[in-house]
Amino acid sequence: MKFQVDRDVMADAVLWASRTLPTKSTQPLLTGMHLVADESGLTLSGSDADVSARANLKADVIETGTVLIPGRLLADITRSLPSAVIDFSIEGNRAKISCGRSSFTIPTMPVAEYPPLPTMPGLSGTVTGTDFANAISQVAIAASRDETLPAFTGVKIDVEGAVITLAATDRYRLAVRELNWSPTSTSLSTHALVPAKFLSDSSKSLSHSDSISLAFATGNEGLIGIEGSGRQTTSRLLAADFPKYQTLLPTESTTVAQISTSALVESVKRVSLVLEREAPIRVHFANGEAVITGGGGSGELAEAKEFIECTLTGEELTIAFNHQFLLDGLSAIDSAIAVVSMTTAIRPAVISGATDFGAQPDDSFKYLLMPIRQQ
Amino acid sequence: MSRSQLNRGNSARNPQGDDAGCNILHIDMDAFFALVEVRENPSLAGKQVIVGYDGNRGVVLSATYEARKLGVHSAMPMSRALRLAPNAIVVEPDHEKYSEVSENVMAIFESITPLVQPLSVDEAFLDISGAQKLMGTPSQIGEVIRARVSDEQGITCSVGVASTMFVAKLATNFAKPDGLHVVPADKVIEFLHPLPIGALWGVGEKTAEQLSRLGLVNVADIANTPVKTLTRVIGQAAAEHLYELSWGRDPRVVTPNQAEKSIGAERTFESDIDDPEEILAQILDLSNKVAKRLRAANYFSRTITIKVRFADFTSVTRSKSLPASTDLATDIYATAKSLFEAMHLQRARIRLVGVRATGLVPTSESSVQLEFSDRDSGWREAEEAIDQVSLKFGNSAVKPARLIKPES
Repeated sequence: MKFQVDRDVMADAVLWASRTLPTKSTQPLLTGMHLVADESGLTLSGSDADVSARANLKADVIETGTVLIPGRLLADITRSLPSAVIDFSIEGNRAKISCGRSSFTIPTMPVAEYPPLPTMPGLSGTVTGTDFANAISQVAIAASRDETLPAFTGVKIDVEGAVITLAATDRYRLAVRELNWSPTSTSLSTHALVPAKFLSDSSKSLSHSDSISLAFATGNEGLIGIEGSGRQTTSRLLAADFPKYQTLLPTESTTVAQISTSALVESVKRVSLVLEREAPIRVHFANGEAVITGGGGSGELAEAKEFIECTLTGEELTIAFNHQFLLDGLSAIDSAIAVVSMTTAIRPAVISGATDFGAQPDDSFKYLLMPIRQQ
Repeated sequence: MSRSQLNRGNSARNPQGDDAGCNILHIDMDAFFALVEVRENPSLAGKQVIVGYDGNRGVVLSATYEARKLGVHSAMPMSRALRLAPNAIVVEPDHEKYSEVSENVMAIFESITPLVQPLSVDEAFLDISGAQKLMGTPSQIGEVIRARVSDEQGITCSVGVASTMFVAKLATNFAKPDGLHVVPADKVIEFLHPLPIGALWGVGEKTAEQLSRLGLVNVADIANTPVKTLTRVIGQAAAEHLYELSWGRDPRVVTPNQAEKSIGAERTFESDIDDPEEILAQILDLSNKVAKRLRAANYFSRTITIKVRFADFTSVTRSKSLPASTDLATDIYATAKSLFEAMHLQRARIRLVGVRATGLVPTSESSVQLEFSDRDSGWREAEEAIDQVSLKFGNSAVKPARLIKPES
């Protein structure tokens, strides 16, 4: 096996394929990266028990072949090499990597024993890279990182024809986004719960792709495949039950506030300086202005108070939130105006975005936030 | 001041010690539970007395010096203690009595200085910087306290006098029993360096073993080892901490009336258990106890810790912070259960389990992050109702169904 490849192209592809390598594994072979050089170029792949990633790239293949080499080490080396042409060859059971004045030899791993990667399921449809990455980043923020509750670490994907609905929740907030895409069939209906971290990582890496293919295989061995720009990745689906969230979305509200998103974000950040640990931030919504307060209480603690412009429909209301959850929602709507719809101080508030004061809110994204009840 | 007090003042174990600048006293009751029992029942005086339960699984909580001479010490299994001291008299503990005596003793300390930091029922640090003008030198104050504890409470204590908290605590070991030991401010290094490294605060069996592999035996060895070398073995935080201590530097100050740091409950089983269902039932029961005590003390907790001790006496603890603080057994149990299950024990034989709530916040300052699943009337109301019932009808009046044993 022998090939030449541009260092930047190689480093990029190795980075993609090494994302899924386990740091520790009970199967040492899985710490290896699998390289195949043939007429079509070079294919790199890596996987652990749950996820796999594969990259196809152009290379000058002088001699075809297959090899398995320590993945992390290969990633570290390619990242550090100068921008030049890499010469890669196998001599006996060592791989030789030369680039400019550097050269490395790495012992290879037994390639014959490397388990086959899961096969990419059949294509379900396509979506543009930026749309997909934006939508995923909006909902993934609400997913939990607590692995002991698997259902809350995932993004629920519901496909009904030309609309994908993405949802994630950690029990305290729920983010729901509707996204248009081009399915292979307008009658397609499929449902999958996918690890949020996997979706964020891979959609971010593929955000520059004009078209991303999504492929779902449901059933016992549920799998999602994502492909774009010569990169492929798969993940097992989470087997847990995602809560039926549709009933949580309030159908009416008695207080609707419109407020400048950036002004509210700045204000919440400043007021949160005085907050002790899990203490909430309080917002009093009134027509004309909203009052943001934090701290105080027993009298020994620092306090902060700010006023910002606000238009209100309905009744005045004081409500308390975890400030980070509020900031997450405000950044996720990605709009100039935040529209906050509420009923009482102990029912969820719904945050959506609008382009201007008085404009219709954009219903394609909703962020539900449970308040903090104060003693 | 009575004559006996004056006499004691003169009998300081090392009166020649220069106690200038030694503003910290560490006071530890001698064989606290045991000597309280002797005081209650003078016929026990001078005998081998062990406080603890004489069951299959009892441990020694305290023992008189007569019993200690035979090798008995606290935390030792009762069965072993009785092999060492077959003639010892075993007395069941009376915790109410001990806390009463403890409160009285702490009150004596607080009459000397407001800067009293209790470490446990029978141990406290005192900062006496402000008391010396009125009451004399640190050793004189130490002797006054010893005399008053003896006269008023009928038990003895030992006092360590030094310029820092951890040296004072070490000094107490040299004062025991019924004495006082001064480590002069300019003799701290001389005092510390010959001690074994295990004497340093923060060095347990494991750390001591890791350090001994480097050939470090005495405190002096640590003092003369570069922090970098120590860091490689025990990590940066511990390395810097031990190095500072080895040169007698302890940045802590005596902090009085610290808010309660944790509330916990644990249980040693009559015989080892390996059935996960049974262990979870025990964890549920302990979670209920802890929640009840949190509510009674008006605290919310942010972090739940479980402790599991195996048949071979090794223990593991695991803890997890909650997304929102709680005082409810349902939340505590859910967290404790997930911690226990995450240990992936394969029917290990377990001797003890414990559940502890830490990161306490007073209820008045806490708030509850609501969840989507919260109903308007839920567990809080249920558990508070159980508290009310327990007040009237006792702790077992209402309990989770799986904790109710079928009538035999």
